[in-house]
Amino acid sequence: MTHFDAETAARARELVKLYPEPRSALIPLCHLAQEQDGWLRPEAMEEIAALLGITPAEVRGTATFYDMLHTEPVGRYLVSVCTNIACLLGGAEGLLEHAERTLGVRAGGTTSDGMITLEDAECLAGCDRTPCVTVNHRYVGGLSPHAFDQLVADLRAGRRDGEIPPHGTLVRVRRNGGLRVDKERIAAERAATADAQAARARAAKEAAEAQGGAAEAKGGAA
Amino acid sequence: MAVTDVPRIVTARLGHDDSHTLERYLATGGYEGLRKALTMTPEAVAAEVDAASLLGRGGAGFPAGRKWSMLRKDPVTYLVVNGDESEPATFKDHLLVERDPHQLIEGVLITAYALGVTQAFIYVRGEFALGLERVTQALNEAYDHGAVGTDIFGSGFSIDVVVHPGAGAYICGEETALLESLEGKRGFPRIKPPYFPAAVGLYGQPTVVNNVETMSNIPWILLHGGQAFAGLGEGRSAGTRLFALSGHVRRPGAYEVEMVKTTFRDLVYAPVYGGGVRGDGKVKAIIPGGVSAPWFGPDQLDLPLGQDEVGNAGSMLGSGAITVMDSSTCMVRAAWRITKFFARESCGQCTPCREGSGWLERVLRRIEQGEGREEDIDLLLDVSDNIAPGLQWPPQQTTICVLGPSIPSSIHSAIDMFRDEFLLHVKEGRCPGG
Ligand SMILES: Cc1cc2nc3c(=O)[nH]c(=O)nc-3n(C[C@H](O)[C@H](O)[C@H](O)COP(=O)(O)O)c2cc1C
Ligand code: SF4
Ligand code: FES
Repeated sequence: MTHFDAETAARARELVKLYPEPRSALIPLCHLAQEQDGWLRPEAMEEIAALLGITPAEVRGTATFYDMLHTEPVGRYLVSVCTNIACLLGGAEGLLEHAERTLGVRAGGTTSDGMITLEDAECLAGCDRTPCVTVNHRYVGGLSPHAFDQLVADLRAGRRDGEIPPHGTLVRVRRNGGLRVDKERIAAERAATADAQAARARAAKEAAEAQGGAAEAKGGAA
Repeated sequence: MAVTDVPRIVTARLGHDDSHTLERYLATGGYEGLRKALTMTPEAVAAEVDAASLLGRGGAGFPAGRKWSMLRKDPVTYLVVNGDESEPATFKDHLLVERDPHQLIEGVLITAYALGVTQAFIYVRGEFALGLERVTQALNEAYDHGAVGTDIFGSGFSIDVVVHPGAGAYICGEETALLESLEGKRGFPRIKPPYFPAAVGLYGQPTVVNNVETMSNIPWILLHGGQAFAGLGEGRSAGTRLFALSGHVRRPGAYEVEMVKTTFRDLVYAPVYGGGVRGDGKVKAIIPGGVSAPWFGPDQLDLPLGQDEVGNAGSMLGSGAITVMDSSTCMVRAAWRITKFFARESCGQCTPCREGSGWLERVLRRIEQGEGREEDIDLLLDVSDNIAPGLQWPPQQTTICVLGPSIPSSIHSAIDMFRDEFLLHVKEGRCPGG
């Protein structure tokens, strides 16, 4: 049961520790699996299930709810063209038709070389530059058909690889803060914080009572 | 033209290219609000926000101070920030997350202190890859700076913050669906009551959920005082608000404007904001608060951008998204595309929402493609009426969440305002606009 490579497995365990309940790490772990494999393989879902103490069916059942989690293979580049209202007003339908024609696939399909999966997307919150296009969830701006062709040529030639990682890599920045503190210490500190708060509340109440209850409760920091 | 000269609150730093870095943040007053808050009692911090009359910026416009006070009676366990921003044409939280992540984090820390919460989550829409990187980076920097983690700034207060990525589902913006999602489940909205996650939230514990822009206002409020904030805007709509302006304007973008003192017309036409309408310059309709909101015509352009003002006029400011459609726009097509969105994003739990959205989408498509019948127009209204009985605003709720009852807004508006255009589609068997 080692579908995850050593580094991915180590990061998976760290992610689980971040949450009060392990299952909360489900989506982050699915993203992690996609980072390793480009999509969510059945073996990965089994390993995630084991890490979280749930069944593979529960992982799959949850993952299929979310558009970004792919239980089928995806091209190296997921090109998403938004066709929602602001982009519609900015010519998105024409761009999507152009994309389908030049790539030779319908929205939802992958080019035969496995390089590009084309997607007809809902609003990507980039509605000020229309029609909004993202590649592997990186914004590449509002594109004309000509600019789209240039983008595809650049992607195929690997000219955008510096800014656009392969499909599945959601973030390139790892969390380091907080993880250096182990869970027991955080728990102890939380307990201490709660005690201090209770003491502060008591002090405030006593102070208020001492002033005949009329004074504003302003207990100093305990 | 009223472009009021007020301080920028949430976008103050955005003129700088490095607005997302700790260096820039510290050089522009960053974390001063938190330091000040830590010298006050949590009650006094909450009172400051209450005095500000800060209305939630996520859509429902509930006062943040009141939400917090409901919870302070019982100890709150979790603070969850809603950064799922997926309402079509809304892109203001996206900007705040990417361009000023420290401001968001500082707002979260101050709020956590006021609520006595030691664990916070920032749920960021999964598609915001750069935003997720920026918030994670900022959080790492904040830990090193001593602003997050153990005994922050030597105050004795400790807090952990976790950035949580979504994975693509509009419904996860609804706060109870968001909590389900954060628990590692499908984003199914929870049955209400309880109406707020206050009582039963994350893992069944009392939880406060607030929007990214709501949080981003908190550092300024602490630094300058709730009264200063309440002094901007008018009535219940205090402060400034960040509006995402899109569609047929010359300069689409996110603009921070003073509430109530600014009108739709100002936002659309002022050279510093929208700069006017493209093409022949005529407004055909505007969508005032995201696609869940009923539309306005050009005669309503002089309405002030205030929560109650827009509410009384029969719509809402909602998510702060304003979309302008010029005279070339096909209204059947616009209504169809919005309905298609709802049909795709309905979580499927409630029959009126799941089945109704699909029906409406198919009927609209048929009309748009020139295969509609005259009766279809009344059929649309009839199906809409089954989802939101009476077709009034605000809609009557028949479903678990308000996604369902929001579906008829655009259809009802489009037919109300442009019935002739629908009829022409049917009669001519094509879109009259070409
Ligand atoms: C279908 C639906 C989608 C929503 N999407 C969002 C969203 O993307 N971001 C957000 O902050 N609030 C969204 N809301 C509103 C939240 O449920 C909640 O009211 C808000 O996050 C509370 O924060 P606030 O009080 O600071 O505004 C949505 C509500 C519904 C019904
Ligand atoms: S109204 Fe629609 S989106 Fe909301 S819970 Fe019901 S089916 Fe799901
Ligand atoms: S409508 Fe296309 S990105 Fe928002």
